[in-house]
Amino acid sequence: MANMPLNFFSEGQKGKVDNIVGGEKISKRLYEMGFNKGTEVKIVKNDAGPIIVSLSGYKIAIGRGLAQKIMVSQ
Amino acid sequence: MNTIALVGNPNSGKTTLFNALTGTNQHVGNWPGVTVEKKEGILNFKNKKYNIVDLPGTYSLGAYSEDEIVARDFILKDEPDVVINVVDATNIERNLYLTTQLLEMGTKVIVALNMMDEAKEKNISIDIKKLSKELGVPVVATIASKKNGIEKLIEESINMMSAGNVPQNKINYGKDIDNEINKLKEIIENSNLNTEYPSEWIAIKLLEGDEYISEITDKNILKIAHESGDAIAIAAMEPELIIVDKRYEFIGNIVNKTVKKPKEEIITKSDKIDKVLTHKWLGLPIFALIMLIVYQLTFAIGEDILQEGLNAGMETFTASVESFLVNVNAPELLTAFITDGILGGVGAVIEFVPLIAVMYLLLGILEDSGYMARAAYVMDRIMRSLGLHGKTFISMLVGVGCNVPGIMATRTLDSKKDRMIAILINPFISCGARLPIYLVFISAFFPKHKALILFSIYAFGFLVAIIMGKIFSKTLFEGESSYFVMELPPYRFPTLKGTLLNMWDKVSSFLKRAGTTIFAVVTVLWILSVLPYGVEPYSQSSILGKIGTVIAPIFKPAGFGTWQASVGLFAGIVAKEAVVATLGMVYAGVEEGAQLVTAIQGAFTPLSALSFMIMTLLYTPCAAVIGTIRRETNSTKWAVFTALYTFAVGWIISVAIFQIGGLFGLS
Repeated sequence: MANMPLNFFSEGQKGKVDNIVGGEKISKRLYEMGFNKGTEVKIVKNDAGPIIVSLSGYKIAIGRGLAQKIMVSQ
Repeated sequence: MNTIALVGNPNSGKTTLFNALTGTNQHVGNWPGVTVEKKEGILNFKNKKYNIVDLPGTYSLGAYSEDEIVARDFILKDEPDVVINVVDATNIERNLYLTTQLLEMGTKVIVALNMMDEAKEKNISIDIKKLSKELGVPVVATIASKKNGIEKLIEESINMMSAGNVPQNKINYGKDIDNEINKLKEIIENSNLNTEYPSEWIAIKLLEGDEYISEITDKNILKIAHESGDAIAIAAMEPELIIVDKRYEFIGNIVNKTVKKPKEEIITKSDKIDKVLTHKWLGLPIFALIMLIVYQLTFAIGEDILQEGLNAGMETFTASVESFLVNVNAPELLTAFITDGILGGVGAVIEFVPLIAVMYLLLGILEDSGYMARAAYVMDRIMRSLGLHGKTFISMLVGVGCNVPGIMATRTLDSKKDRMIAILINPFISCGARLPIYLVFISAFFPKHKALILFSIYAFGFLVAIIMGKIFSKTLFEGESSYFVMELPPYRFPTLKGTLLNMWDKVSSFLKRAGTTIFAVVTVLWILSVLPYGVEPYSQSSILGKIGTVIAPIFKPAGFGTWQASVGLFAGIVAKEAVVATLGMVYAGVEEGAQLVTAIQGAFTPLSALSFMIMTLLYTPCAAVIGTIRRETNSTKWAVFTALYTFAVGWIISVAIFQIGGLFGLS
């Protein structure tokens, strides 16, 4: 199972959050917003600008810089 | 009076619930010392009154933002009798994360499981009795927007107030962490650390690496906590992440037992709308169109319909006050003061109430419907390339109505750096009060290109704001711009009540300002214009005229070094509405109209008119804005800085326009 940063996924793909390779503060923030390990993410939009993902039905927009730090397994 | 606090995630319907509980009985202010909005209200239930406090919407009760610190300090220090935790039933896992933190605080919690209607639409079923048992706290199903379940929620809250003991439901963090927590707890209890927080809670927060708690804890304890943390980190991973994980594990177990969700997500209406509104190419034009409609409606309804009626009313009122004063033989000076000074000056400000009310009504609808989050999303791409945050653009848009709410709208920016920049550049966005100034000058000199010149002025303001933003982000504020992460709530129909309450908040604070600050300043200006006694009001020999004469040379290089123009600009620092009124008085002895346009044509040239308009666009914002900056940044220094640097920017650019224009033979 390949592990890739979130921004490598294309629209409609699904994956599971594996870990976040960022500073403690932003990692914790993302966990608290629902990006905890094992959560299923679905990429709703990934074209230009922030990426939109769906975490069990609710949508979050994430800047591309931050999306690079979220590792997702397919 | 007993106090009930509301906590919950952003977009969980907390504000709707607050409105349902308190109705119009509410009051918006600021938490002392910070820039977070504080909402309080009174609930009347069975002949008893309860104080309801709406805490800021947060995902967690850590120390990530001022919002979180405010919320948790209120719960731990002010000790509300009951805390109602508003949980979005459609999004229960993440919402319960906050609940786990409340359980740890040892406070009396009731869960309001809100948006049950939307959960039903999504085929989510929740066993409420079981959920309540698992969490160890009462759970009440509610639909705040339809006032369902509110009464039961209140009754449960009141029952809980009289209940003796606090529900205990500990999260199992695993042996390693639990041992360290107990060890730290003991050390804290035996030390002379004096905080208002429970010691077990401090112990958990120290292991979580909570910055705020670390700061207030003494060094020895902190050192032990670091050692504990290191020991855990060697055995497993960083304790703060284990703690978060364990909380989710705790939630996961409960959700598995109580919630049934369909396997496949249903494609909702929101998803379909989003396909269009956040589209790569369509998103931006749609956003531009929506804003255009907002401004058009604001002017069409606010100005043409409501403002005209209000003006007529004000004129009749002023006339009847004047005739009354003359009838009772009031001294001439008093009559002049009341009619010209107070009613003229404050009236000029009140004239803008309809505009502001309509603008806020429309912006409030956009906000409550969920569109504003999409607008920030659409704009982030462009703003990011300029080194600014997408949400900065929202505060700029609001600033077109008035910079005061524009600056308040920067509260949605998480990082201090982004927020400070957004505050400092907001005054360059031309507010509604500056519009009459341009209208007078454009009619006088550029009647053929009205719309083009007006649009260019507004666009120039945005351009200067963005350039200054870029400069500030490179010089004044270090550190990286914060990451863009934002929830896109589902689209919802705004409730009439919520929208109107929101509008009333804004209008009433504007009226309050008109009644206090602007009233005071208008009085002072008027006094300056009639002193020394016996002088022709608003003439060069009045004190006001003399002040203008002293300032005038500064503006000579910009092409408008007359005492009249200087007095106009001086009055504009008080309130931008005062510029046209003052120019009218000093030039023509009239407040507005055709005579003023003629007088302006005699006193300015097209080039100096342009330079003057740019000066009024950019120079020092009005007193209300400076005051807001002081309040929002909590610093007099930044307020003074803004007043001075905007003046410098305005002066440099208008001098440049006049001088370079002169070189090209323009006049």
